[in-house]
Amino acid sequence: MVSTRTDGHGRDSEISMTTVGPPCHRGGVPPAIEAEGLVKRFGATTALAGASLSAVEGTVLGVLGPNGAGKTTATRVLATLLAPDEGRALVGGYDVVAEPHRVRSLIGLTGQYAGVDEALTGTENLVLIARLLGQSRAASRRRAAELLDQFGLTEAAGRAARTYSGGMRRRLDLAASLVGRPRILFLDEPTTGLDPASRNELWDMVRSLVGDGVTVLLTTQYLDEADQLADDIVVIDRGTVVATGTPDDLKARAGAAVLQMRPAQPEQLAVVERVASELAGATPTVENGSVAVPAPDESLMPAVVRRLDDVGVRLAELTLRRATLDEVFLALTGHRAVEPTDDQTDLRETA
Amino acid sequence: MTLDRTAPARPAGPALDAPAAPRRVTPAQWASQSLTMAWRSLVQIKHNPSELLDLSIQPIMFVLLFTFVFGGAIYGSADAYLQFALGGLIAQNALFLTIYTATGLATDLQKGTFDRFRSLPIARSAPLSGRIMGDVVRQLWSLVVLLVVGVVLGFRITTSPVAVLAAFGLLVAFTLAFSWTSVLLGVLARDPEKVQIYGFTVLFPLTFASNAFAPTETMPGWLQAWVAINPVTRMADALRGLLVGGPVAANAVATLLWGVAFAAVFGPLAVWALRTRV
Repeated sequence: MVSTRTDGHGRDSEISMTTVGPPCHRGGVPPAIEAEGLVKRFGATTALAGASLSAVEGTVLGVLGPNGAGKTTATRVLATLLAPDEGRALVGGYDVVAEPHRVRSLIGLTGQYAGVDEALTGTENLVLIARLLGQSRAASRRRAAELLDQFGLTEAAGRAARTYSGGMRRRLDLAASLVGRPRILFLDEPTTGLDPASRNELWDMVRSLVGDGVTVLLTTQYLDEADQLADDIVVIDRGTVVATGTPDDLKARAGAAVLQMRPAQPEQLAVVERVASELAGATPTVENGSVAVPAPDESLMPAVVRRLDDVGVRLAELTLRRATLDEVFLALTGHRAVEPTDDQTDLRETA
Repeated sequence: MTLDRTAPARPAGPALDAPAAPRRVTPAQWASQSLTMAWRSLVQIKHNPSELLDLSIQPIMFVLLFTFVFGGAIYGSADAYLQFALGGLIAQNALFLTIYTATGLATDLQKGTFDRFRSLPIARSAPLSGRIMGDVVRQLWSLVVLLVVGVVLGFRITTSPVAVLAAFGLLVAFTLAFSWTSVLLGVLARDPEKVQIYGFTVLFPLTFASNAFAPTETMPGWLQAWVAINPVTRMADALRGLLVGGPVAANAVATLLWGVAFAAVFGPLAVWALRTRV
């Protein structure tokens, strides 16, 4: 399995602290979501310390950060649930503080905790929202049936939501946020706690919505999720935006490529580590029986292969790959996005 | 399971192309949204019929227990006691039922349902007003159950149908005002189980330290002072007057003034708590 880098190399790898980034004004269309200098304090805690972000109409903006970075606070400010202490945010062109009602008529929100009424059936949950939005009884029932069908919940339509599985509940919650056909959708950690199959289903739904022209702001602490779905990513840490860009941009900016090698015989790991260190002039990391080292240019891989061949080491795996978002996050913030746990490893393997 | 691409969401394009959405809801929309919320609060009884039993069995049990266990001791006979106590039982039950408002609200806050509602272009107050409307229906159901059980056991309404309706009206007016305490409790507790604990910690002394179940004269002096002004006493007396005769006006006015006081103190506190804690 050998892959090579094709582009994005040679850029300035220094990460600048960004304000509202340039990707927002593509094609002269005003951004669907634009926030500048958002500050929100809760007592002594500063949840947002001047965060700025911007989402292009019809794209997915991934807001990536660890627990407690301020992702949920930012979402709640943008969805008009919280007033910021400082800063300004426009959603669909409307100020979230001055014209919250207009913002609400454009948005859908799916929170980290599914906001469905567990005492109601799937149908009733959706009819409730449709009726609140002013649709007639018949239109509400039609819309509910349509959404239940799209989300594979028709069979469970008449059952109380409390009997639903976690994945079904999350689907119903997403369906509820779509009743009013929102143009802008906020998904706050939509896949946290979902099994890989449900998560992949949800990803497909998000892609499909974006295909229909919906703008999605998605917060996540899963790097692969942002990589999979987002057109642009803002990396947020301790209430501030530490980087913005496309997934590729961020990977390129955080230090290009990584050469990864796994010896066929595990006891030769130390030899591989020494050779890699010598030729790359950098300290390799050793994890799970394989050695990874930053590869400043394309000549490293053939050099390593030759040298290892000379000293009689056979490689089971050799990959020249772009840095993962996890490595990017480490480079940008000085700490890992999520301390690796079994759960996290599973997710990455199935991605 | 994929989304239907043939039915696009709103067409893509700058928001400003679309006709501007209204800035706020009209009173008619408020009413319709509140009624929808009330429907939501009541339709769940369909899936959880045991709630209806809760609303019926507890009041019935109180009537039976008080009438047959304590009635003879307090009033000489169960029959005479029922004429005295039913007004008190109705008042107590009404206050107990306001806990529903708090548990419902706490559940919505805890489960994120409240956030969903707040992200919709609907009146800010609709989730609250709808819930309270639903709880008024619960109040009326419970009141009817109490009256029917009372009459079956021998309670005699000696006034007019108009007076009975006035009793309904007074009860609803007071509990609506008193519900603000429940709203505050629901927001502060944030957990339906805590609501039950805190709620009954307040409601038990409030309802029992009244003349709902025993005549004031039989109590020690220090307690009589409180019992005389306790809103439960005043409402129980007003209900007695409206159902079996006796002075009404002063007690009804006192009850309503208490209601105004509760709303004036706890209304702003509840709204403040909702604004800051949500």
